[in-house]
Amino acid sequence: MSDSTAIAHGAPADAHEEHPSYLRHHFNSVEQQSDATNFAMWLFLLTEIMFFGGLFTAYLIYRNWYYPAFVAGSHQLNVVWGTLNTVVLICSSFTMAMGVWCAETRRRRGLVLCLSLTFILGLCFLGIKGIEYREKFEMHHVPGQHYSLQSFLDPQSNPEVYAEYHDKPLALDMARHTEIYFSLYFALTGMHALHMIIGIGILGFMIYRARDGAYTAGHTTFVENFGYYWHFVDLVWIYLFALLYLISRHQ
Amino acid sequence: MSDTIVSLPDQSTARIPKVNYLNKENGLLSWLLTSDHKRIAILYLISITFFFFIGGALAGLIRLELLTPQSDLMATDTYNKVFTMHGVIMIFLFLVPSVPATLGNFLIPIMLGAKDLALPKINLLSWYLYMAGGLLALYTMMAGGVDTGWTFTTPLSTHYVNTNVLTTGLAIFIAGFSSIFTGLNFIVTIHKMRAPGMTWFRMPLFVWAHYAASILMVLGTPVLAIAIVLVALERTIGIGVFDPAKGGDPLLFQHLFWFYSHPAVYIMILPGMGVISEVISTFSRKRVFGYTAVAFSSVAIAVFGFFVWAHHMFIMGISNYAVLVFSLLTMLVAVPSAIKIFNWAFTLYKGSITFETPMLYAFGFMGLFTIGGMTGVFLGTSGTDIHLTETYFIVAHFHFVMVGGMLMAFLSGIHFWWPKITGRMYPEKISQLAAVVTFIGFNLTFFPQFILGVLGMPRRYASYPPEFQILNVFSTAGATILGVGYLLPVLYLTWSLKYGAIAGNNPWQATGLEWQIQSPPLTENFTELPIMDHEA
Amino acid sequence: MSHISPVIWQFLVKWMTNFALFPPEASRIAPQMDALLFFITLVSLIGLTIVVLLVVSFSILYSKKRHPVAVQIEGSTLLEATWTIIPLGLFLVMFVWGALIYFRVFTPPANAMNIYVVGKQWMWKAEHPGGQHEINSLHVPTGQPVQLTLISQDVFHSFSIPAFRVKREAIPGRYTTVWFEATTPGTYHLFCTQYCGTDHSQMIGDVVVMTPGDFKQWLASSTSGASLAQNGERLFASLSCAACHNTRPDARGPSLANVYGAKLPLATGETITADDAYLREAILNPSQHITQGYAPIMPTYQGQVSEEGVIALVEYIKNLNSDYRIQQTTNTTDLLPESEGKAAPAAAQTTAPGKVKP
Repeated sequence: MSDSTAIAHGAPADAHEEHPSYLRHHFNSVEQQSDATNFAMWLFLLTEIMFFGGLFTAYLIYRNWYYPAFVAGSHQLNVVWGTLNTVVLICSSFTMAMGVWCAETRRRRGLVLCLSLTFILGLCFLGIKGIEYREKFEMHHVPGQHYSLQSFLDPQSNPEVYAEYHDKPLALDMARHTEIYFSLYFALTGMHALHMIIGIGILGFMIYRARDGAYTAGHTTFVENFGYYWHFVDLVWIYLFALLYLISRHQ
Repeated sequence: MSDTIVSLPDQSTARIPKVNYLNKENGLLSWLLTSDHKRIAILYLISITFFFFIGGALAGLIRLELLTPQSDLMATDTYNKVFTMHGVIMIFLFLVPSVPATLGNFLIPIMLGAKDLALPKINLLSWYLYMAGGLLALYTMMAGGVDTGWTFTTPLSTHYVNTNVLTTGLAIFIAGFSSIFTGLNFIVTIHKMRAPGMTWFRMPLFVWAHYAASILMVLGTPVLAIAIVLVALERTIGIGVFDPAKGGDPLLFQHLFWFYSHPAVYIMILPGMGVISEVISTFSRKRVFGYTAVAFSSVAIAVFGFFVWAHHMFIMGISNYAVLVFSLLTMLVAVPSAIKIFNWAFTLYKGSITFETPMLYAFGFMGLFTIGGMTGVFLGTSGTDIHLTETYFIVAHFHFVMVGGMLMAFLSGIHFWWPKITGRMYPEKISQLAAVVTFIGFNLTFFPQFILGVLGMPRRYASYPPEFQILNVFSTAGATILGVGYLLPVLYLTWSLKYGAIAGNNPWQATGLEWQIQSPPLTENFTELPIMDHEA
Repeated sequence: MSHISPVIWQFLVKWMTNFALFPPEASRIAPQMDALLFFITLVSLIGLTIVVLLVVSFSILYSKKRHPVAVQIEGSTLLEATWTIIPLGLFLVMFVWGALIYFRVFTPPANAMNIYVVGKQWMWKAEHPGGQHEINSLHVPTGQPVQLTLISQDVFHSFSIPAFRVKREAIPGRYTTVWFEATTPGTYHLFCTQYCGTDHSQMIGDVVVMTPGDFKQWLASSTSGASLAQNGERLFASLSCAACHNTRPDARGPSLANVYGAKLPLATGETITADDAYLREAILNPSQHITQGYAPIMPTYQGQVSEEGVIALVEYIKNLNSDYRIQQTTNTTDLLPESEGKAAPAAAQTTAPGKVKP
């Protein structure tokens, strides 16, 4: 090709212009940098949607097939703890959003406070989840060798739940399918809890750095992107809460 | 082949540029902690070659075993482990990352006029994840292997084997995240890091192909990840999502698995198609015929590619009407591939063609990929799929597309950009010989397998009825030639690192942005911000 | 030729004498499938030839030597349209043709003789209605449509007869079916083509196609004494199925006479055709398949009956074509005293589905 050598015309890079220290060498401007990282975060959340999407698909299919088992399984969950956890998470989302605002308006102490609150609320969520898991463990509702069908074959054996829902006993074959419900319950909430644990780990790291003012000097991308992540994990929980706890409550 | 146009600088005065990305810093740590996309590409190139030869050695064992009808070289169990590890290593540790992680990593920022990928540290993390997955796969082999087949069919993988399913699954899970991060990095880079004037339709087709493949990586891989997690949970604590005894459906696993694993073949082939577009255009000294059609056919493959997964399950008892839909969609996904092939052929029209090694590999790709693609239509046609599926026809089809297509494209690309990557040329005659040997060896290995498949020989058999022996002997003979074909490039390319002629900036007189800078490039690629002022 | 190694020489001779591109065509569908295979092969060869011709001729005509300066061409919408539409059209022809064959292979004719096949690691067990059992072999007559009802006891298997051009996966937990009509007597390969573990490659056998006369003889010589339905009847009795599924007016379960193939209204409001798959499900997961008007009291038999047992029961129920037949079964059983369980509403009895007076 004749014009092959003239393909690239130089535009002198602005070597003398002042660059903030957080602008990484391969970006041309701060806008490009924050644009790119935000976009990357949204893409990452897209992969997360696909990740949970596989599980939600499985949930929808089996709920459709084994409807009575899923209703009975759902009745064994503790709505009070579930609601409390939802409140805790929504509060943590609020504190996280406040944190992003503090970072943007360069309030160092506010940021540390908000992040710490988010951190604590995150731990609260895991604690409550732990209590719920323990209940399931005691009731032998954890799938596997020790799984027990008693609560479904004989609902009155669990007076508290019975008092609330007056479940009829399930036939043995349907009762067996409650194990699928709890399989999905543990897979879904377990994956969600894993995301919470990772989030809390990153929060700890951020609190450590925020105390030195790392995010309050104008470069807030990291806090912002973590905020997206945290809100996403909350949003997943809202769906889990609706699908696992609420949707079968009055069936 | 006397009319090559390679324009090497005068060798008496030629020099490798004093400062370049290879010698800017020294020492092992400067490599292991680098965030330079070009160095990471080199790290990938070395590790991928390593795993390719492990996978290749396993393939050699498979072919040796199949030399005779009895399972006499190894026990059936061993054979099962060998073909499983061959599949796992070749697919997840070689084919998926091959072109994107090496050539893509190296070239995409340069082709777009950027100094690096958007997320250099994530890029390095990708390589570490890849290595972690790879080492775990090696550990699995040392610890006794796994014999589920690379498809991990439930309930076989969950309840009926007691080999290392968990470590293999973890290896694939981790390598999968490496692939997700690479794809994510590419998409962000292509969207946000283009140089001034580099509009979407001025991007090289190599970049378009990687863009399409990246979409598949980002959206498909997580579904495989969750399927693996569920298999692992079923093995460890005994949840029942795929267990028919508990009311779970093993077909759900098939759906989740193929939702990734079918698009995965496009993840593997699309970047290869990108290479071919660049090579054919360069060596016929023309812009690719129908640039827009080729660019959009990449995207079309990516989009349709997501909706054909159930054609792997035509005889598994899914509804006949689902079969209709998926068969039709499979036909649609075959069209963009045909479009590409014809556009490449017409790129040659009124060109000024020379036949350097990359071009020979590209011609090999076109022939073999056409066969691979057309035999895909045999399998996408629901009626003939009944007879041909699960036989050696599938094996031959897959290897024509992946080895005949993808590997040829990979070698073509490596030979094409080798002067840019290393600054040196390889010996032309030997490399042309290697291309021809590979082509002959490949056809001798895999063409007989089509006939075996039509005759009904099932895949994954350690022993087979004696009347199939003759064709298997041909296949094994071909594999040895193919092995030589793959060893040669390793030898002469390594040799060229020290003794090869100095290549200069643009030995092929190609037009791409990457050829306008020094070879090997500077760490920051460009000394000044490039501006793109014409079509690619 | 003395300088050629005798081994290679022998090898070549053997190859030339044994060379085959297609397996024998031994079923009704085989020539139809081969016609389509030939068609696609032909189209592929033409396509490949066009591509190779284009590449080779352009390479010669426009090599650097002959054509030193390239002419830049942007593309051509007309050509793009050509190679989009023509392949698409051809692919659509293959799609339609293929779908026709697919539906033919998986839609058995009404007069098909049913053979049950159970796959397990690593053998095939075939059960003929007459009670003949076979392991890793299958005897079928020519000229008679044969339907296979397949199921797996453990992992996925796949039942493949290349000479018939049919193949179907045997899946744990559900029946799949396929049918064929053998045309040429002989012995053909039977393969398991879905990888199923250690001895996958040993899960092979023979399909023996016989003339109807020979087949009748074979059936007579390999009978095990009781037919499949008789085995089912024994099981039906020993599981006390007749305690509920009887013909008495106060029966707790629906009568099973003529139930096979009938359209049943379910408690959920839908109507379902009682085929093999439904009968199997109703035995193993009864609570999801309650017939309208009956109480969901049937226990599950999952874990109590093997797949072969279920097959025998299904075959027995299939052959129940009169209440009288059930009566006989009932009489051979020691029935529980039926003081309890008159729960089924009387109104339901009159509308009990599938009940046909003899």
